[in-house]
Amino acid sequence: MSVLVHTESWGGSFRKSTYEAVSFANKTAKTFNTDVIAIASGNESDEELKKLGTYGANKVLAANNIEKGDSQALTNLFANNMSDADIIIFASTYTSKMIAPRLASKIKAGILSNVISITSSKKLIEVKRNTFSGKAIENAKINTEKAIISLAPNAFGLIECQKDCQIQRIEESNTGNITVSKQEVTNGKVSLAEAEIIISGGRGLKGPENWKMIEELANILGAATACSKPVSDIGWRPHSEHVGQTGKAVAPNLYIAIGISGAIQHLAGVNSSKIMVVINTDPEAPFFKAADYGIVGDAFEIVPKLIEEIKKIR
Amino acid sequence: MNIIVCISSVPDTTSKINFIDNGSTFESSGVQFVINPYDEFGLTKAMMIKEKTGGKVTAISVGNATIEPIIRKTLAIGADEAVRIDMDPQDSYSTAVEIANYLHENPADLIITGRESIDYNGGAVGGMLAELLNLPFINACNGLSLSSGTVQMTREIDGGKEHVSAELPLVIGGQKGLVEESELRIPNMRGIMQARTKPLKVIEPCKNENLTASINFEKPAEKEDCILVDPNDVAKLVSFLHKEAKII
Repeated sequence: MSVLVHTESWGGSFRKSTYEAVSFANKTAKTFNTDVIAIASGNESDEELKKLGTYGANKVLAANNIEKGDSQALTNLFANNMSDADIIIFASTYTSKMIAPRLASKIKAGILSNVISITSSKKLIEVKRNTFSGKAIENAKINTEKAIISLAPNAFGLIECQKDCQIQRIEESNTGNITVSKQEVTNGKVSLAEAEIIISGGRGLKGPENWKMIEELANILGAATACSKPVSDIGWRPHSEHVGQTGKAVAPNLYIAIGISGAIQHLAGVNSSKIMVVINTDPEAPFFKAADYGIVGDAFEIVPKLIEEIKKIR
Repeated sequence: MNIIVCISSVPDTTSKINFIDNGSTFESSGVQFVINPYDEFGLTKAMMIKEKTGGKVTAISVGNATIEPIIRKTLAIGADEAVRIDMDPQDSYSTAVEIANYLHENPADLIITGRESIDYNGGAVGGMLAELLNLPFINACNGLSLSSGTVQMTREIDGGKEHVSAELPLVIGGQKGLVEESELRIPNMRGIMQARTKPLKVIEPCKNENLTASINFEKPAEKEDCILVDPNDVAKLVSFLHKEAKII
């Protein structure tokens, strides 16, 4: 057997979540005393593909460019190159979430998603996974011989391990069923799923014009910006920034909530964050019960001071 | 135009989540159930397409009789008919197989699922369904328009948006943006009355084969008390984050 791992690149470079998935694949492969084989589909350079070895890939099967939106072609790429793999690992990205379930159905393998830890022996794969949008953790197992594991964002971290990754170029084609006309990129910003620090604003900020200080704080910390549901519903910020139960579930090292009361739906999406800080005028705001650090005060006074203090150490 | 919307009945987003029988069973008593929010965006979009181009909207759900109020609600919102596959779903695969089996016999042009359900968060039924039916699949679809059999869509990608198009038939996993929150429909009295006479077909499952199994559930560890910092001493917070937590 071997462990197969999905990779995804953006503008020619692999995503951090890919390196995390490869690190996790390597850790899993060690328990089975086997190899990690990565599958790439973005026409990456040899130099970029070699980097997968830094996190433990023994070999990479690199296909020519397959459209990210063509989930059928990407599923075929995996199914055609399974060889002796019994475990297939996917990082949590929007594209992987199209491929992993298709593949599960195609090869009839059990799939578990949002996985935060795994215990595996030769015959049994058991995992812990986030469910109820972060309000509970499920222990679940896979009944089939082949297993597909889709990881929760930021759950495992990067583990370096120098291997000389062998590159094998393979030919696969798009199905042509999906035409991708363009990709719009939210420029210069850190993606929410991969962000280590997130600065999030709520209705307490009173209007979209007041996001300048949120963005400034995010800039000096190299953070991504996010918002609560009401803020995206009234159009102060784009839907893609909405974190919470019906938006994105995030798990940064640091989540700073500014002017967000902390409704149960919001907390569900952010409570996997390692450290949470809340700034709110209302000492009764539910967020204070969930946060690690809190300041009861006016965001318009606190945030500029925070920016000033952080500049001193950065 | 034949549109199928897959519906999941889930605890309302404000629900407190608890388990009984040593964590093996979700405590549903006292919990208000709703249409899965991602499915509701899809249902609303289906209604809008139907109103523009004509056709039929069918809501389908896999579950026991307790989910019927949710199915009736889809009819009250405007679905023309509903189907309930009488099975307690145990995993994504068994759910997808049952819906695919129905669709093999009753083909649809557009099959709409939600990106994921807000209870089990598997996010797998849509993709599995597409594979079982050998159809294209667009997940996290946040925009859709139709012109003569071609569907123009946008889907969320990490850090951006991708514009794609495909021919019908097609499976999508919907989310906000497919319609806006303000466009969601609340059933009115006329809708509720009409729903009573609309067909709700109950059919037997074909297989019920599970590839994964749930063992039990636990609650995330309780947070320690929040450390309050004086608003006049922001430097102290920065010092905590920098020196103790070492995250900035």
